[in-house]
Amino acid sequence: MDWWDVLLVVVRVVGVFALLMVVTVLLVWIERKLVADMQNRLGPMRAGPHGVLQTVADGLKLFFKEQITPAKSEFLIYMLAPALSVITAFLMFLVVPFARPFDITLGGEVRSFTFQAMDLNISVLYVLAISSIAVYAVVLAGWSSGSKYPLLGGVRATAQAISYEAAMGLSLVALIMFIAVQNRGGDVMSMASIVDFQAGTYGATDGFLSFLNPIITHIPKWFILPQVIPFVIFATAGVAETNRAPFDLVEAEQELVAGFHTEYSGMRFAMFFLAEYINMFTMSALMVTLFFGGWGGPFLDTIALNVGPWLATVVSFGYFMAKVFVFLFLFIWIRASFPRLRYDQLMDLGWKRLIPGALLWLIASSLALAIRQFGLPWT
Amino acid sequence: MMGIIGDLLKGMGVTGRQMIATIFGDGMITTEYPKEFREKPDRFHGRHVLNRYEDGMEKCIGCELCAGACPARCIYVRGKENPADAPVSPGERFGFVYEINMLRCIFCALCVEACPTEAITMTHLFEMSTTNREDAIYTKTELLINEDGSANHMFPDDRLANLSELLQADGWMRATAPQGRVEYEGIPGWTPSAGVGLRPPEVGQSGDAAARDFTLPDDATSPEVQPDEEE
Repeated sequence: MDWWDVLLVVVRVVGVFALLMVVTVLLVWIERKLVADMQNRLGPMRAGPHGVLQTVADGLKLFFKEQITPAKSEFLIYMLAPALSVITAFLMFLVVPFARPFDITLGGEVRSFTFQAMDLNISVLYVLAISSIAVYAVVLAGWSSGSKYPLLGGVRATAQAISYEAAMGLSLVALIMFIAVQNRGGDVMSMASIVDFQAGTYGATDGFLSFLNPIITHIPKWFILPQVIPFVIFATAGVAETNRAPFDLVEAEQELVAGFHTEYSGMRFAMFFLAEYINMFTMSALMVTLFFGGWGGPFLDTIALNVGPWLATVVSFGYFMAKVFVFLFLFIWIRASFPRLRYDQLMDLGWKRLIPGALLWLIASSLALAIRQFGLPWT
Repeated sequence: MMGIIGDLLKGMGVTGRQMIATIFGDGMITTEYPKEFREKPDRFHGRHVLNRYEDGMEKCIGCELCAGACPARCIYVRGKENPADAPVSPGERFGFVYEINMLRCIFCALCVEACPTEAITMTHLFEMSTTNREDAIYTKTELLINEDGSANHMFPDDRLANLSELLQADGWMRATAPQGRVEYEGIPGWTPSAGVGLRPPEVGQSGDAAARDFTLPDDATSPEVQPDEEE
């Protein structure tokens, strides 16, 4: 660990920060345009070509607005809650690898420059932990505002978080178990190795399906194929985790004004806004990393060998962003399509559908893996 | 279970189709309004204008039938004998004062039907926002069409076009309020540079009534309380 390593870490963290800020600015604009398209409207058109600078203008406006503090608020917590939500949003993305690493020589030593702020060997647990903390920002913001609508929003956040994090965790247990059996001895919970495990395509089979080999050998080894149900559960819980429609009971505009951030204005409100969009991006990035091969894609190794590793990095970043934006588009599409769930429907979905579904899949897939590993018990 | 998924997909299909229609087809139903004006229907009820005959004479004869027909009571007309040497209208009298309070107007066009000379008609003009309630009272200056047949706007040309006017002490007030103009014939304006005096100091509700500009005679009743004679 010399000062080159420290510098690299700083560069990565700043890079991730910049990436998230740029993506947020774009994402807000894209969401507004897409929702407008789905509603036969124009959307923002004035600031910049087709309103692309609208988010920048809104951000500047919010920056100069007064930050109102309600008289009955718990000031310290009221002030810290937006910061907590932004910090957790940034922290969650730190473990996501978003491009192919390449080797550089710095200080006479070959180092691998990874496009990931840090690679924990417990990344999956880390993500779950941070997303649990993120709920506290919502709850504390709602409670500390000293006002009834935010409080209701905060209380809803607690119940929602409990019911959806359980399902999310369980779905990931099944996935991690699958990865662990497939790749014994590997770092099964590190995001970088999860991406590596999904590299390549399925090998040719010599069974009765061998006539499908031309197709099979082109199917990538993404975990979505064996683990569809965990993906569906993870995606549903992910939408609920980010408090997006149709699970946005926390900030249900029609009933609760603006829910937990009713009393926030100016930059503090902007921070919640920023956190929501970063969370959306992070959730999509996690789906891509865990189930859709992360930054992996065709021709990366060929490009790295023939042209240069830097181009492979660029292309892999393109793959990553393309996949992530597919899911971001889905997030937006779902938001524009479905009405908000009623509170009891939300609880029903969480406790009666997703959690039992995740548990059943966990049992079924562990049985299947055990049979594959050790054979049938009676043989 | 499959039914739910089918329903979800059906819902997303609706929005998806709308999105494709908006982007690639003719699904867009809004326009970029201030840049782009949509053609109004022929019978659109915009704001009123007072018309002229081809020779430039005003059609309004000051008969007040429009004011009588108005269900919102937003029209105020005062007729006057036509000057013999320079008649304003072909009739005996002409509309000397003609005011419509656009805040009260419901754009029903009953005034148009009541008018015996087709002096008042509706137009397609609809941009009537003001920053001041008094500006919403359209006077004859704004209602009467020009000699060339074009409609007058509340703020002739651009309200900021006349920079030399804005340079005067109360230029902004005069540029943005009709009563600031010399030709205004309704409520006396209070802007000093237009030569019509100063606004009296305001008194609150508890203020001395004698300090106000006007006092009602003892036997006077408010004209709005009087019952309609025709009914």
